[in-house]
Amino acid sequence: MAAEAAEGAAHAPTAGEYIIHHLTHLQNHKQTSVVDFSVINLDSVFFTVVVGVLGCWLLWLAARKATSGPPGRLQAAVEILVEMVDNQAKGIVHNAQSRKLVVPLALTVYIWVILLNAMDFLPVDALPWFGEHVLGLEHLRVVPTADLSITMALSISVLLLCLFYNVKIKGAGGWAHELFSAPFGDKWFLYPVNFLMQIIEFIAKTVSHGMRLFGNMYAGELIFMLIALMGGAFALSATGITLFVGHIVAGTVWAIFHLLIVWLQAFVFMMLTLVYLGQAHDSH
Amino acid sequence: MEVISFVALAAGLIIGLGAVGACIGIGIMGSKYLESAARQPELMNELQTKMFLLAGLIDAAFIIGTGIALWFATANPFLAQIANLPK
Repeated sequence: MAAEAAEGAAHAPTAGEYIIHHLTHLQNHKQTSVVDFSVINLDSVFFTVVVGVLGCWLLWLAARKATSGPPGRLQAAVEILVEMVDNQAKGIVHNAQSRKLVVPLALTVYIWVILLNAMDFLPVDALPWFGEHVLGLEHLRVVPTADLSITMALSISVLLLCLFYNVKIKGAGGWAHELFSAPFGDKWFLYPVNFLMQIIEFIAKTVSHGMRLFGNMYAGELIFMLIALMGGAFALSATGITLFVGHIVAGTVWAIFHLLIVWLQAFVFMMLTLVYLGQAHDSH
Repeated sequence: MEVISFVALAAGLIIGLGAVGACIGIGIMGSKYLESAARQPELMNELQTKMFLLAGLIDAAFIIGTGIALWFATANPFLAQIANLPK
């Protein structure tokens, strides 16, 4: 009886329940405190890996048949992409040896984040419906960059690389000296202030790097869900048909705007990666 | 009841104030770009790249705020806190 009642309730979730259901990750177990590192968002990890492999495979396909004669369309597209990233990097990272790592890194970040963000274009209910009715998963969130863990993982990786390059280019002693003497000056009484400012700068750069991408994708996904809710509510009121038409219009407009946001946020993420790695090379 | 009304007001303020800041910022930046494109049309493409970059940066705090406000509006965490208060 309780199962039937639950089944009945499951057929008509309230607006809040629908949103909460779509905002819950597929996790290995429930979170027990505010910061719980044993919880893994299995859906985010799965889609990140699958999309990453897909991106690598696409670029490999282009590289495998690369000719120095007239290129085919895939090769031309990949060449345009690689050249664009290379030009941006040349203007920002001035060390040719570092660029051998940094340019492929920036290209990877760019392609990966574009593909991850593009998961947001699939209909909100499509993969979760498939997951629930075919695979028996009760929650599924398909946009990995709308998960704070994934975006902070990317930005913390960039931070670790910055720290590595700081030590490699400036030397441990040189970097330590810079930590204490920039930005205000090399006076002994300014050392604590300088150090505090540098620590705050590293933390702020990393947090903003990850949260910018997360915020954009999370808000985008949430608005898609609210638009879907508007479409679903059309049967419930007399003004229903206007809600349905409104949902089609709003969905179209938001999807077109989101095309720009998906590309723009990936581009901003890549440019900031280059800028932060470039900052690790420059001395003040 | 008060929690719900305050959260609704808060969500409106977050989105509204964020939008004011972001829109004014992009407006100022866009007008400077148009001026400089009119002065030096040969730099238009380079500056456009940098303009998009800045647009992404300016939008960041505003959209993070919008995401948080929409989260409060739909799946309110403060209600859960009230439910968990010891009776």
